[in-house]
Amino acid sequence: MKFTEEHEWLRPEEDEENVVTVGITDHAAEQLGDLVFVELPAEGRTVVKEDEVVVIESVKAASEILAPLDGEIVEVNAALEENPGLVNEDPLGAGWFFKIRVEDMGALDEFMDEAAYKKFI
Amino acid sequence: MADLATTPLTALHRELGAKMTGFAGYEMPIQFPPGVMKEHVACRTGAGLFDVSHMGQVSIRHPDGPEAAARALEALVPQDVIGLAPGRQRYALLTTPNGGILDDLMVARRADDLFLVVNAANRTADLAHLRRDLPGCTVTEIDRALLALQGPHAESLLEAIAPGAAAMSFMDVRTLPSPHGELWVSRSGYTGEDGYEISVAADRAEALARALLAAEGVVPVGLGARDSLRLEAGLCLHGQDIDAHTSPVEANLLWAIQKVRRTGGARPGGFPGAERILAEIETGPTRLRVGLLPEGRAPMRAGVELFSGEVGVGRITSGGFGPSVERPIAMGYVDIDRAAVGTTLEGELRGRRLPVRISGLPFRAPTYRR
Repeated sequence: MKFTEEHEWLRPEEDEENVVTVGITDHAAEQLGDLVFVELPAEGRTVVKEDEVVVIESVKAASEILAPLDGEIVEVNAALEENPGLVNEDPLGAGWFFKIRVEDMGALDEFMDEAAYKKFI
Repeated sequence: MADLATTPLTALHRELGAKMTGFAGYEMPIQFPPGVMKEHVACRTGAGLFDVSHMGQVSIRHPDGPEAAARALEALVPQDVIGLAPGRQRYALLTTPNGGILDDLMVARRADDLFLVVNAANRTADLAHLRRDLPGCTVTEIDRALLALQGPHAESLLEAIAPGAAAMSFMDVRTLPSPHGELWVSRSGYTGEDGYEISVAADRAEALARALLAAEGVVPVGLGARDSLRLEAGLCLHGQDIDAHTSPVEANLLWAIQKVRRTGGARPGGFPGAERILAEIETGPTRLRVGLLPEGRAPMRAGVELFSGEVGVGRITSGGFGPSVERPIAMGYVDIDRAAVGTTLEGELRGRRLPVRISGLPFRAPTYRR
């Protein structure tokens, strides 16, 4: 698993080639507080790194999740639309946001591993 | 946060693990470890304790007694202050010569003075205004802490510490003895819940706060939940929902202007901006503050523009998610011909227009003990 400076985690799928699942870290979820709204991208959308792909809102404020990589959104976690609190309850598991198919898995190498991320926060 | 002032409870907030933020020149807790949602709900189901010591506490005295101070203050506010009975409090507005709102405040009539609670951000301006424009009066800033205890358990909690609290009605004010010294108590607040605001000597505030927090179900509440609570209660935040450019009539605060100060009353006008405000009462305002219910799940926050077809008809001034009503809620100003309850408008959110319906205020019925 890899981590971005924007507090996203990226997990390559074992059974799907070139597909990466994206969520936010428990640190980020705690900082944001209880989420009340998540707006997910359309499946099939092609995104460029740093495009705004997800809108998340807590009681107090709205923020965006940026695409960590170029690629195509192949699946979104529709359960979040009904239950945004999943992100707070289980940020690294049931609170995932989307899966993205990337051309070049080598692009993940630039991100932090868990030890580096822990140092970062 | 070196430039920020502290309150007598700042050390306690830190000890409790609060996230602190700068607000109106003070270092204040935005939230405690339970988080905004749980703090909000605890206040509606048990009790919430707020530090509101950043707000200004002001005593107004006149050598001829509080009746004379009340007469003087009526020249600055469109409220019936003379008719305010000893031991009672009232919501009031300092108005501008153009009929805007300089500040909203609470005015209590006590045995020997008028006691005001004003917004932190406006305290300096309010004090200058009061000192300049209240002839014959002495205006003193009171250096005490101010706590708010709000929620269904507030009554029994405060009664246990300050006997007499339970016998008070909504908007009563009393001085009550307690183990933490004399408490200046009003049965009021900013949440729509039954509860109290409690002025306590600064050096005894922390002990009082600890005593209240020791009870089962009492949660410290930060500014985040304070905002979502007051929004559900339909209450205005000065500087956001009301300001020097909004009249009390536009702001849907006509209920706060007693008949005695209106045209045809015993003491009509005689306050700054009376010409415009009394005219608007007669002919109606051109825009109105209304409640707004976004029809989807996405919150619409302050700044969202409102449309009717292609025409811009208003703007949201406060909005977010209401944890107790479990949906997005907002308030804002809408042109009067589109401001009827039930009208559907569109709010522009991230480049898209989404439906939002005008509703009455508040979003949740208050539980005051009248």
